[in-house]
Amino acid sequence: MSQAVERQIDRSNMTVSDEVAIQITNMNKWYGEFHVLRDINLTVNRGERIVIAGPSGSGKSTMIRCINRLEEHQQGKIIVDGTELTSDLKNIDKIRSEVGMCFQHFNLFPHLTILENCTLAPMWVRKTPKREAEEIAMHFLEKVKIPDQAHKYPGMLSGGQQQRVAIARSLCMKPRIMLFDEPTSALDPEMIKEVLDTMIELAEEGMTMLCVTHEMGFARQVANRVIFMDQGQIVEQNEPEEFFNNPKSERTKLFLSQILGH
Amino acid sequence: MSTTKSLAYVRKEMLDQQPAPRSQVGFTRWARDNLFSGWFNTVLTLVSLFVIYKVLAATLPWIFGGVWNADSLAQCRVIMNEAYGNTHHACWAVIHERWNQLLYGFYPETQYWRANLAFVLMLASLAPVLFDKVPRKMLYLTMAFPFLLVWLVWGGTIWGVTSVAFGFALGGIAFKLVDRFGSMALSAIAAVAVAAVWWLFIGPSVVEGLNSVAPLGHLEEVQSRDLGGFMICVIIGISGIALSLPIGIVLALGRQSDLFIVKTICVGFIEFIRGVPLITLLFTASLLLNYFLPPGTTFDLTLRVIIMVTLFSSAYMAEVIRGGLAALPKGQYEAADALGLDYWKAQRLIIMPQALKISIPGIVNTFIGLFKDTTLVMFIGIYDMLGLSNAIRANAAWNGIYWELFIFIGGVFWICCFAMSRYSQWLERKLRTDHR
Repeated sequence: MSQAVERQIDRSNMTVSDEVAIQITNMNKWYGEFHVLRDINLTVNRGERIVIAGPSGSGKSTMIRCINRLEEHQQGKIIVDGTELTSDLKNIDKIRSEVGMCFQHFNLFPHLTILENCTLAPMWVRKTPKREAEEIAMHFLEKVKIPDQAHKYPGMLSGGQQQRVAIARSLCMKPRIMLFDEPTSALDPEMIKEVLDTMIELAEEGMTMLCVTHEMGFARQVANRVIFMDQGQIVEQNEPEEFFNNPKSERTKLFLSQILGH
Repeated sequence: MSTTKSLAYVRKEMLDQQPAPRSQVGFTRWARDNLFSGWFNTVLTLVSLFVIYKVLAATLPWIFGGVWNADSLAQCRVIMNEAYGNTHHACWAVIHERWNQLLYGFYPETQYWRANLAFVLMLASLAPVLFDKVPRKMLYLTMAFPFLLVWLVWGGTIWGVTSVAFGFALGGIAFKLVDRFGSMALSAIAAVAVAAVWWLFIGPSVVEGLNSVAPLGHLEEVQSRDLGGFMICVIIGISGIALSLPIGIVLALGRQSDLFIVKTICVGFIEFIRGVPLITLLFTASLLLNYFLPPGTTFDLTLRVIIMVTLFSSAYMAEVIRGGLAALPKGQYEAADALGLDYWKAQRLIIMPQALKISIPGIVNTFIGLFKDTTLVMFIGIYDMLGLSNAIRANAAWNGIYWELFIFIGGVFWICCFAMSRYSQWLERKLRTDHR
């Protein structure tokens, strides 16, 4: 599974500050009777790049989806950028506009062009004038290296290109935190690298990132912390070097042997 | 297993694209594949051609050998006998002679220009809605058209319709003002309340005053019972179509709502209306509604029918649109949420454009059904084209003429419905951006 990330990473901006970006305390979540997330405690500082790994059904996607309230938690506290997530819609919209998210299936809007996908939220949420929003959008489309596709529709792009557009679309809102929910899982092997490269560039600029991913090469090179989840709980977390070379829990060892085994 | 041959293979150069063989393209290929593939299909093709020939040989002379100028069915037959020696031909003279009646019903003849003008204005105000190439400024005409229509068709001074329009404007202003405090529901209630107060209490006396001081743009008043023919079909059909789509959208959203009361009301409404025949609702409109209204209120019959037809098809519309909503992947909602769009913006910018696009065939299906259902108004005493065909036969001159009238009426409806169908197919092609 691991994809070799070849190029040298510029670590000059990849600093972790003392400022807390996300704080999750004693968070629990149920789907009906099923206890999906159990007593999650996690503090993310600004500038951290966290990779969340674990078997399917372990609750890793659900956890990051709680951070921008795509899923509602029933117990405990989640504080994002100093704002607590409650059922208050104003807070939710505020947090969502500051937290970018990329999905496994990109979720671009198929009825809008690439450019319109990128300008929509800045224009309607941030009230940015159209021309300015388009300039911002082109800036980020250049950054993900697809400015020439701006007037095409998402259906005309390859999966890798679509995912890069999705990243650009999130960046247009100038988020302070980015969430990635298995961004490369639906991609052909040839396209995984271009998306990972874009994510690495983002990390190099000091973005706070939480990534649910199976790309262990990416985790090794970019993450400053790897979290392993199983059965709705955080089982182990450590620096990538220690996590991969010297896992402590039996469950982690088994998981690593299964995904790195061949 | 051969050991002498090596498994290794390397292509030296990539191949260019070649044109397909000649026998695989064009009409010959199509005819062979679709008409004469095998002896059984060849026989079927020949039999079908024979049947088509027989049908056309019987009907075409009847249609094209018809008589266009005559005063009565009897005279028609005399002319046919003279020309062909038999009466096996159409008597189109009835359409010719009663043309105006079939179009306008009993609308006063000197006022036909008003109906014609309204029809032209209708086409002009539909244009910007149907085609995005038409200048957007024309949408102002579209907004003014309902009021122009009422003024032109029913007559009176311009003050009555202006007052109704003013009520809408007041409601809009109230909505904007209250909206600043953030609550969508509150501003909607305020808008309705302000508009209702104007329409019920202030507006009527203002209109009366203005009418006596300055009866501007006075047109001869025409009663609803004098409207008829194709005109009443278009008025009821287009109003129903234009109103049922937005109401259907609201009902579909309401049915999906998390708010229990809203959801219950929407589900109850949809299930009730869908469970009742349209004709029952029309009888309710024509007979019963007056019992429920406060005594002394006169409520125009056409308006009552339009309301019932609209309610009826909006229930169907809601279900069609719900189908479109259900077909949207959940990811679209999540992406809109994750970008910070609130519910209404997400609906307007992301969800509805896609859900409506998916639902186009169903929506147009409902429109076509509604348009044809306007013929049911003949049962409550409105003379639409079908009602008029009965009235025409009641006249001694045309007693016994069926085919020609029904074919004509059917043809008119077919042209309208086929146009809607073609438009919807064109729209679907135009909006296809997913390139699947």
